[in-house]
Amino acid sequence: MSRRKTERLLGLVVCLLSSERYLTAIQIRAAVPGYPESFEAFKRMFERDKEELRELGIPLETGSNSALDEELGYRIPRQAYELPEIRLEPDEAAVLSLAARVWRQAELAGAAAGALLKLRAAGVDAEETPQPGIEPRLAGEPAFGPLWEAVRDRRPVTFAHRAAGRSEPQQRRLDPWGVVNRHGRWYVAGHDADRDAVRVFRLSRIEGPVRFTGPAGSVTVPEGTDVRETVREWDTQPSAQRTALLRVRGGAGQGIRRYATSVRPDGDGWDLVEAPFSDVGWYSEHLASFGRAVIVVEPADLREAVITQLKGALA
Amino acid sequence: MTGTSPATGSARLQRLLALVPYVVSRKATGLAETAAAFGVSERELVDDLNLLWCVELRSPDPYCPIDLSYEGGEIVVSQAEQMDRPLRLAVDEASALLVALRMLAEIGAGGDALSRTIAKLEAAAGEAGAPSAQVAVQVDKIAQQTVLTQLQDALARGRLVHLSYYVHGRDETTERDVDPMRLLVVDGRTYLEGWCRRAEAVRLFRLDRILGLEVLGQPAEVPAEAEPKDVDQGLYRPAPEDLRIEIELAPLGRWVAENYPCEDVQDLGDGRLRVKLRTPDSRWVRRLALRLGEHGRVIAPADLATQVREDAAAALAQYA
Repeated sequence: MSRRKTERLLGLVVCLLSSERYLTAIQIRAAVPGYPESFEAFKRMFERDKEELRELGIPLETGSNSALDEELGYRIPRQAYELPEIRLEPDEAAVLSLAARVWRQAELAGAAAGALLKLRAAGVDAEETPQPGIEPRLAGEPAFGPLWEAVRDRRPVTFAHRAAGRSEPQQRRLDPWGVVNRHGRWYVAGHDADRDAVRVFRLSRIEGPVRFTGPAGSVTVPEGTDVRETVREWDTQPSAQRTALLRVRGGAGQGIRRYATSVRPDGDGWDLVEAPFSDVGWYSEHLASFGRAVIVVEPADLREAVITQLKGALA
Repeated sequence: MTGTSPATGSARLQRLLALVPYVVSRKATGLAETAAAFGVSERELVDDLNLLWCVELRSPDPYCPIDLSYEGGEIVVSQAEQMDRPLRLAVDEASALLVALRMLAEIGAGGDALSRTIAKLEAAAGEAGAPSAQVAVQVDKIAQQTVLTQLQDALARGRLVHLSYYVHGRDETTERDVDPMRLLVVDGRTYLEGWCRRAEAVRLFRLDRILGLEVLGQPAEVPAEAEPKDVDQGLYRPAPEDLRIEIELAPLGRWVAENYPCEDVQDLGDGRLRVKLRTPDSRWVRRLALRLGEHGRVIAPADLATQVREDAAAALAQYA
């Protein structure tokens, strides 16, 4: 943005903030320096300026001062423009600075910095310097930006998503309800238009761009929807528990022993370990990673799965 | 992308709109500290102040709505008309802070000040704060609450701690004394950063891998050379002496590329990937290769690939 344009927009904001009455385009041109002489050129420039102010979140109102006025005017009501009074104690300001740093490497970093700027301008003394204690961060994810916009503006989207184990991504159409970070991974939950069902997608498995397929406000989030709960249910392993009987080499297999329900010596420096599991696929991969430190005694399907797993690594 | 980060040009307009209230709310401010607060040079700041001072409205009568001075390095705004309050928070701005604050609450950090801050910010944000309910961050907390509380206590009182720590890559439990430096929460996992007296270096410890913790009576003594990690550069940064590993992944092994920082990811078609990783410890890769089974293959270094096959053969022999 050129200096002249910045000056003009600043003048426009001050002009519209200063007036309680609606000002017509003609009145605005007379008051704010920097607009061209030609009325057509002025109209075009003024349209773009209005758009820019709205993009910055400046509440530009259109209306007329009386029913008799034929021409519409513009104003910025102070009450809608101004950040309400906010006073933070030093410990609250410290917490706020900490929160602003959470996004530093992620998509809302600019928004967090913008918020902090406004709060400082309101008199809050939020320092950028890190304090000792705790330092939280969220990771960035390219699909987060457009999906957050879609959720915020209630717009349907389409994107290519590669489900686990699939060789090709599939195009999905979604009414997004919310974006959730669970244990460090970003997910979007919503209504899948093709499946006509609630679906959850991991953002790191979205390939290529996320495109909007409808206007703002065209997605309705069902009342009582808790997106955290939706993602939690989707992500939670079936709790039906089975028990594995394992021989684990003495001193080894710490990652197995941590979740054991019983451990007893089994001779020759081995222990007999009982541990709960639910998913044969996942648990056999986990056990295989301990190599010769563990032997599955039973159940048979788990034993077979580990053998297959090891053969796969041998091939 | 609209709304997420302001275009560079409008960033200046936003700064100009914030500058006047910043000074007014503090009565007067120094040029240097104001420039620092806005992340600009003093020269840029002076240019901003001149621009504000030059704003002129010509009708009905010409007048200058903003009067200010910065003589002697101190900014004073003597007249600011209607510009003495900052603009409201935009939806993205309110959401960025509210989501982060609620995440801190989930971790259990910040205590009482946190709930007060959330309430005040929600009130100030008004309607702009509502969409933030559609974004949530859930943090790992598998039986670590006591460990977390103990560590916060050790940090607050400056105490040395003793850890029984599970090293996943080596499948070993290690015993060590650590001078706690701080807690990190990165990507939903909580870590203790501290000076490990055994390794004589700064180390990160995942809280869910701390099997035992004792807060000792001795004071913590973090040596002057202990540099905290710059978490914005990523938690695991390869060192020059690290091993370079190449792995080929079938569709069911793609999670490796999602879960570990790869230096290079090459798409081989049909859902297959070739990834390059660096690691200081090859034992971790051997375990990863066994976990992957037929869904992954170590390509390089060749001796590591041989080792993986030997590991698999030795484990299989136990079933013969």
